[in-house]
Amino acid sequence: MAIQTQHLPPGSPRGSGGVPRAKANTFSALLHRRPRLRLAALLTAPAGWLVLVYIAALAALLITAFWTVDTFTGEVSTVWTTENIVTVLTDPVYQRITLRTLWIAVAVTVIDMILALPIAFFIAKVAGARWEKLLVVAVLMPLWASYLVKAYAWRNVLAEGGLLEWLGAPIGLSSPGYGETAVILTLSYIWLPYMILPIYAGFDRVPDSLLEASGDLGAKPLTTMRLVMLPLLVPSIIAGTIFTFSLSLGDYITAQIVGGATQMLGTVVYANVGAANNLPFAAAVSLVPIAIIMFYLFIVRRSGALNSL
Amino acid sequence: MAPRTKASLVVGVVAAAALALSGCGTSGGSGSSPSAQPVKTEIGTGEGQLSILGWPGYVEDGSNDPAVDWVHPFEQETQCKVSFKPFGTSDEAVTLMRTGQYDVVSASGDASLRLIAGQDVQPVNMSLLKNYPDIYPFLKDKAWNTVNGINYGMPHGWGANLLMYSTDKVTPAPTSWSAVFDDAAKNTGKVTAYDSPIYIADAAVYLMAHKPELNIKNPYALDKDQLAAAVDLLKQQRTHIGEYWSDVVKEVQAFTSGSTVVGTTWQVGANIAATDGAKVATLVPEEGATGWSDTWMIGSKTKNQNCAYKWLDYIASPKVNAQVAEYFGESPANAKSCELTKDPKHCETYHSGDTAYAEKIWYWTTPVADCLDGRKDVKCTDYSQWTKSWTEIKG
Repeated sequence: MAIQTQHLPPGSPRGSGGVPRAKANTFSALLHRRPRLRLAALLTAPAGWLVLVYIAALAALLITAFWTVDTFTGEVSTVWTTENIVTVLTDPVYQRITLRTLWIAVAVTVIDMILALPIAFFIAKVAGARWEKLLVVAVLMPLWASYLVKAYAWRNVLAEGGLLEWLGAPIGLSSPGYGETAVILTLSYIWLPYMILPIYAGFDRVPDSLLEASGDLGAKPLTTMRLVMLPLLVPSIIAGTIFTFSLSLGDYITAQIVGGATQMLGTVVYANVGAANNLPFAAAVSLVPIAIIMFYLFIVRRSGALNSL
Repeated sequence: MAPRTKASLVVGVVAAAALALSGCGTSGGSGSSPSAQPVKTEIGTGEGQLSILGWPGYVEDGSNDPAVDWVHPFEQETQCKVSFKPFGTSDEAVTLMRTGQYDVVSASGDASLRLIAGQDVQPVNMSLLKNYPDIYPFLKDKAWNTVNGINYGMPHGWGANLLMYSTDKVTPAPTSWSAVFDDAAKNTGKVTAYDSPIYIADAAVYLMAHKPELNIKNPYALDKDQLAAAVDLLKQQRTHIGEYWSDVVKEVQAFTSGSTVVGTTWQVGANIAATDGAKVATLVPEEGATGWSDTWMIGSKTKNQNCAYKWLDYIASPKVNAQVAEYFGESPANAKSCELTKDPKHCETYHSGDTAYAEKIWYWTTPVADCLDGRKDVKCTDYSQWTKSWTEIKG
């Protein structure tokens, strides 16, 4: 589009009689004429941020994993070697730790799913409008307390003579003590809100008329649940599992507080960064959960779950 | 966006990332030659602040116990404002010191040589420190604080890693480390151990007494077979461990609640547990024990050298050294401290100045490939192998 210019007859006062116009802005005109420049100006900042903070950090991690460290002085030597990666993949200890971490993450996810479904259903479909708001706030409440506070609270709950033992004593149950079970319990508690919220939002989006229609057509409540509700809910449930699964996979704090002698991938990374001062090896170990999460995201990408996050 | 543009965008992003990283990779080891630093010749006025990295209990400002405070008097005396960061293991200390953020550090023998080798600490001119002449002679010029005749710091104190047990739950009272090794099954699930690769040495000390055929002469000089034996012993122990500890406060909490009834500790842990009302006792078992001999060192990158020198001198002064030794439960380094402890028997209890006793303790040192016990025919296992074994033990 060309910019029109006015040809005023000489002597006539400027702007009188002509249509009033905004002053021509050369910069916006330039952007208008060149869509590629416009796109570049809009995308440079966020893309630069993404590259620097996210991709560069991951790439740095990947590269570090191929270096070694002088154990005595702790200096990283930048000689390329695949030794760290090979150790992580082939050493039975790390295979065991990887499997254990996977098991904990899966167990936490399943427990949270089982707990969250009825709670979310009740909040979205059974409770009245006023209760609904109150219950959502109640679900969000624990998120206001610090993660550490919650983990230490569980340390006390699980302790010898703690709350769990006191509750279980009449029915002959004792506290599981510090270990794998304790980690699963604590993580299930801490991540539960992250599972409830997406599922609640999913239930909320299912119109009531759909359920009534299903009932009118002769479906029993459970059949309606199975054939109408669940297919619509799958993306929301997967969205919740992404949270619980990935957060559990990377956890190292809870494992240290209530895990007793349990080692997870996160604690191995932590020990190698903080104690053994072997950054390259820590980087190699941390690639394992990253690979698992990427694989998981790749699988669930097709379900459309990522759109309901 | 057209598919082609999308693809070119991805390529561009990857290229930019590669560009950003091209400064990282080299194909050769980094070699750095030690730079001889000019050693200080006089202590000037303080710079106004000092950041200290230390074992918990070495830098008390009254926040844990109002009666225990030697930081504020130091601040008043020198106008150096102290900020303190505690650490749980020597490995952690080495890592933190490498950041260059700390001016002084209390380094045990398994950390000090690594700090010196990594040039994270600087030589110290001991003639500037008034209290150095009063330090027990058997703590001076030792392998863990002096290299090639150059002193790297002020001896602080020493002690043993003890066996602690709950007096009401463990009967009869243990006299040997077997309480946490061969007889650990008695208290299965309630045994604790120190969460650091250096704990392998504790197993080696036990094997020295109970398996002489392994011929271990020094728990920090283990060849492959000796290390394997220690690892086996620790793997058996692992089945009875309730918790590994590196945070002494968490360990004490486990003893107080009864989740742990027997395991290794420092005297300071026993002292805290006793004030918390836990019924615990400690002892040096008949096999002997590992221990520590700590040195205050000055970071090589410090900007607060005067305050750092002042701290080294202050913490080794008779009165303060007595306070620290008594609070932490260790032998003071300053011979004059023994007359100033609240408990007149303190130095007797901890065998201070008892050279013969001090020599029975296996002080933490970093295991290296050249055997520390002088063997030339075998290669010993170094600390990185210990670290890997430790992960394997914990499983």
